[in-house]
Amino acid sequence: MLKVAYLHAGTDEVEILKGVNLYVREGEIHVIFGPNGSGKSTLFHVIIGSRKYTIKKGRIFFKGEDVTELGINERSRLGIGIAFQKPPTVKGLRLIDLVRLLLSKYKRVSEDEVLKFSEMLGVEHLLEREVNRGFSGGELKKGELIQLFAQDPDLIMLDEPDSGVDMESVEVIGRAIEIMLRRKDGRSAIIVTHTGEILDHLNADVAHMMIDGRIVCMGEPDEILDSIRRWGYSGCLERCMRGETLGNKGGDKKG
Amino acid sequence: MGIKEEIKKAKIGIEFDERVRSGSFLQVDQNVEFSESFSNSVEVLEINEALKRYDWLKKYMWRVIPKEKDDYTRIASEEFNGYFVRSFKGEKVEFPVETCLYMNSPEEVQKVHNIVIAEESSELHLVTGCTLSKRAKFGLHIGITEFFVKKGAKLSYTMIHSWRDDTRVMPRSGILVEKGGTYVSNYLNTSPVKELQTYPTAYLDDDAKASFNSIVFGYRSSIIDIGSRAYLRGEKSKVEMISKSIASGGEIIARGQIIGEGKGSKGHLECNGLMLKDGIIRTIPELEARRLDVELSHEAAIGKVAEEEIEYLMSRGLSEEESISTIVGGFLSFDIKGVPDYLKREINKAIEVGQMRLL
Repeated sequence: MLKVAYLHAGTDEVEILKGVNLYVREGEIHVIFGPNGSGKSTLFHVIIGSRKYTIKKGRIFFKGEDVTELGINERSRLGIGIAFQKPPTVKGLRLIDLVRLLLSKYKRVSEDEVLKFSEMLGVEHLLEREVNRGFSGGELKKGELIQLFAQDPDLIMLDEPDSGVDMESVEVIGRAIEIMLRRKDGRSAIIVTHTGEILDHLNADVAHMMIDGRIVCMGEPDEILDSIRRWGYSGCLERCMRGETLGNKGGDKKG
Repeated sequence: MGIKEEIKKAKIGIEFDERVRSGSFLQVDQNVEFSESFSNSVEVLEINEALKRYDWLKKYMWRVIPKEKDDYTRIASEEFNGYFVRSFKGEKVEFPVETCLYMNSPEEVQKVHNIVIAEESSELHLVTGCTLSKRAKFGLHIGITEFFVKKGAKLSYTMIHSWRDDTRVMPRSGILVEKGGTYVSNYLNTSPVKELQTYPTAYLDDDAKASFNSIVFGYRSSIIDIGSRAYLRGEKSKVEMISKSIASGGEIIARGQIIGEGKGSKGHLECNGLMLKDGIIRTIPELEARRLDVELSHEAAIGKVAEEEIEYLMSRGLSEEESISTIVGGFLSFDIKGVPDYLKREINKAIEVGQMRLL
């Protein structure tokens, strides 16, 4: 589905991603852990094609196609969807009007389905509001999911869907992600999470740990999360480097 | 093409259709082509005819605008035409009365003096379209309009203007809102203009309300100086002013002044500017409290279309152009209060037409 190869990228002044490799197969859910400022959000922005960042080296392939040079909207039209951690407010534009625009563009989902999905999230009232204006933390996340649902992408990238959100909301967000993934066979997701809370409600296949612009460790999501919780990012990294088993099972996946 | 067709083509909300209008008035240069009411609740007359018919009307002339205000008011005081529109006491006029001031001759100086009266407890909506023909070059439009909103009456005045880069436009308006009355002004100019300068002044009595909404687009070499002023004289009188300016050239000055004199009066002023390409936007808000319990506020923001928002919408699959036009559309959208729904739709349509021209 997605292959990121030896990616170096950053702003004009600073290199933020220092050789990232990531390989997401069809149907897989990946999780990326990592401390603040390690480049997780930047990686998402670069994958979607944000003009804030320039790629110095490396390529991005999506569904076998080299998308490194494509514009943001071209990538999303190919099926890459993103839920931002801190989406901007678009004043005067109601969420329902944006949703309708997406529905007419992608023609995959009906307005009725979006309404049901919003009701499931418990935020159907947001549809009449201006996009992200005055939304609470949880509402921002849910607003992003509603837009993604209307877009119906094959690869879903979620930037901290569980941060700043109450426990009940994390559960419903987990369910919403599952619903989106199940709409079509072979869909994949990449989830950046700080706390790992979302993993209580979602079965991820592979976890990565990102530190200082590199993916330094890969393994079973539960094990890596457990290791980070026990020893912190650096402790987890040390054990990973030494080739130690991180948890009870599967020390063979670290890389 | 006849004048009516030319005006319709200008898309300034003029319909000439009595099924959706309560009255119509058309003035071409200095001549009134027709003035007619389609409703028993309202009268629509040529101002000079009305002055002959009603002796009392003289008292209303120059009552809320000083004749000696400036050169333009002086010019318009010498010779003029215009309309007199009055909704009768207690009558709710269902459809808007439309008035159209059309400039058709080269180097014309159109002088207009209008009087609008919403009698006690009546409700009246007025739509004015002003535009000009291809023949009318280097025109100057001076429009004096005096509004009287009587006790408990509601009056909305929607101006949809479509000028050209050789036209100079100097509307002068004054508004008197009596106790418990409501006045709503919507001003829309989305086409190029050489010079536009207007600063309507409202005087509010006890419990009176007024709101001024304006949308103007600045094009290359346009000078637009627009604002509104309100004297909150009465107890608990209230005003809200919202202006939205988009600059793709030229200069826009968005002014606003609220003077709080009445006990517990409230005012809010909001200036929003969007820098699209070149040009200058300047906002000059003034708040003046003359009592302890007056509440006045203002906010102003000028900026360009944010790259972050463009990328956000692009990440959903919109092209860059679509994203910008969606953001600009959002900037321009506002919840127009105090006018019927179908009038809201007409205003929104006019905004869309203007936006298409701009982008």
